[in-house]
Amino acid sequence: MFSYILRRLLAAIPIALGVSMVCFALVYLAPGDPIQTLLPPDADAETVDRLKRLYGLDRPLPIQYLSWLARVAVGDFGRSIATGRPVAEEIRRSLGNTVLLASVSVLIAFSIAFVMGTIAGRRAGSWIDRIVTGIAVLGVSLPNYWLGIVLVIIFAVELMALPASGMAGERFDPTSWEHLQFLVLPVFTLSMIPVGIIARTTRSAVSEVMNQEFIVTLRANGLPEWRVLRHALKNALPPVLAVMGLQFGTLMGGSILVETVFAWPGSGYLLSKAILTRDIPVLQGTILVLALIFVATNLIVDLFQSTLDPRIRRG
Amino acid sequence: MTAPLVEVENLSVNFVTRESNVTAVNGVSFTMMPGEVMCMLGESGSGKSVTMRALMRLLPEKRSVITGGIRIAGQDVQAMNDRALRQMRGATVSMIFQEPMTAFDPVVRVGDQIAEVVALHRGVSHKAGRRRALDLFDLVRIPSAERRLDAYPHELSGGLRQRAMIALALSCEPKLLLADEPTTALDATVQIQVLILLRKLQQEMGMSVIFVTHDLGVAAEIADRVAVMYAGRIVETGPVRDLLRTPLHPYTAGLLASTVHDQPRDRDLETIPGAPPDMRRLPPGCSFAPRCPKVGGDCLLTVPPPVSPAPGRVARCLRVPAAQPEFA
Repeated sequence: MFSYILRRLLAAIPIALGVSMVCFALVYLAPGDPIQTLLPPDADAETVDRLKRLYGLDRPLPIQYLSWLARVAVGDFGRSIATGRPVAEEIRRSLGNTVLLASVSVLIAFSIAFVMGTIAGRRAGSWIDRIVTGIAVLGVSLPNYWLGIVLVIIFAVELMALPASGMAGERFDPTSWEHLQFLVLPVFTLSMIPVGIIARTTRSAVSEVMNQEFIVTLRANGLPEWRVLRHALKNALPPVLAVMGLQFGTLMGGSILVETVFAWPGSGYLLSKAILTRDIPVLQGTILVLALIFVATNLIVDLFQSTLDPRIRRG
Repeated sequence: MTAPLVEVENLSVNFVTRESNVTAVNGVSFTMMPGEVMCMLGESGSGKSVTMRALMRLLPEKRSVITGGIRIAGQDVQAMNDRALRQMRGATVSMIFQEPMTAFDPVVRVGDQIAEVVALHRGVSHKAGRRRALDLFDLVRIPSAERRLDAYPHELSGGLRQRAMIALALSCEPKLLLADEPTTALDATVQIQVLILLRKLQQEMGMSVIFVTHDLGVAAEIADRVAVMYAGRIVETGPVRDLLRTPLHPYTAGLLASTVHDQPRDRDLETIPGAPPDMRRLPPGCSFAPRCPKVGGDCLLTVPPPVSPAPGRVARCLRVPAAQPEFA
């Protein structure tokens, strides 16, 4: 087991390096020039050059990458071009909010979808299976920014039952409704797609396991149905966990639209602001951190899967 | 006179789907005494495995219709509720499956799988169940038994897996063991070891065994009695020596002729011409008639009734004389 963990950790290093290279390069491939957004359109060439030198933008790209990487390695992401504040601090502040939103959404989605998928998978082809599949398809197909806006109109504008946007304060307090109420609409919106995807994965995993020969053996040995189901779920869990990990990673970086709709001060919101202002240090730092979280999530899911299914460790 | 352990009376199994209705087992009857070993012989699709599963009501309830009577150890299996059924399965009757790789839960250690069943039926702790599993592993001759308890199914060889499967089946000392082609998936050398082990355990524990196989050699090795199945019916039963020496039914004779034994070299093996019938459209008469060398016009009209030309021997064939003069 230990050697498996070590192997997986070593394999993650080149992935992380590759990710850092891609997100460094992507920003330079994108159209637009950060210097131009900082300066008035009629700025002279000398000012442009001076500013480029100041931010190190005049040096060759590989050098820029290496020096950026060296600073990033010690947690220095540079300063935001737009606000002048350290990028690390901006990321830290927004990332916590996004982690909160994403983990609550994924956990709730998992709890609901796993039950739904299990029920449907045990009775594949029945009417209840069709209902679950219908809900799952609906969840995946609804554009979540649209759903967010509709929910705001209904619950915040018309019913005035829940706040439309933002957070209660800098520090989140999970025991107070004042703080929790801000989570309700964004979490509901964000969990729709994971519910659909996790429910469908669970359904197919459970129905596949229930058709396997060992299920007959378990019944032939007089195990009650709930124990048979326990065996089946342990077998069905690894692929579901993999999908859940991917969904968490996606929500960490992909909730840009939903965070913007709800003005949730998270990393998606930060990213969208950075994109609009061509704030390259913020963009690079945020993307890198999100990508590393994605890699780390997959690593954790892999390790978790291998404790559930011993056959994975051999591969 | 002891009571029979198994009484099966006119058992039929239909698989019902939207498109078709297949009669996989068609009026099977037999009885077994305690301690008896019976071989069910027949080719793939003849209804051997389905009969076994019907005995434990393991067939999918929605898609299969079972009719006829099944009594095991004095209890009517058809009338059992879920609870009684669970108490019977694994305790009074247990089953060994053909493919030990897929018959174990792949993500649970084999020792724990056995312990779970023991704990369930005996009402003991999981720990006590594992101690029992260790004894069972010694019983079925698994080397380094202690270590093997912690193995996952994929970590065992085919032979060891099947031994572990036997240990699981014997864990609660069943009165009836249903062995569904337990050696088919194994290497030839391992097959013989497992067969010898099963025969030895049967003699020691005195249980009844129904041994499903398509291998005549296996039948000769292990059985007291043989039942030959063809197209969902038992076409012949009898004591193993008599049946193998002087087969009554042309199908049994054909099976014997098509196996390797003492034929002279350089001679091609005989085969039974044709193929088994389509189970969705069985012919009205004898199912074997289209392939039978002794077929006559009367064979195509009605299903031959069972006739018994000698004590203990029964065949369903019109060409078999009802009773031979010397037994009359």
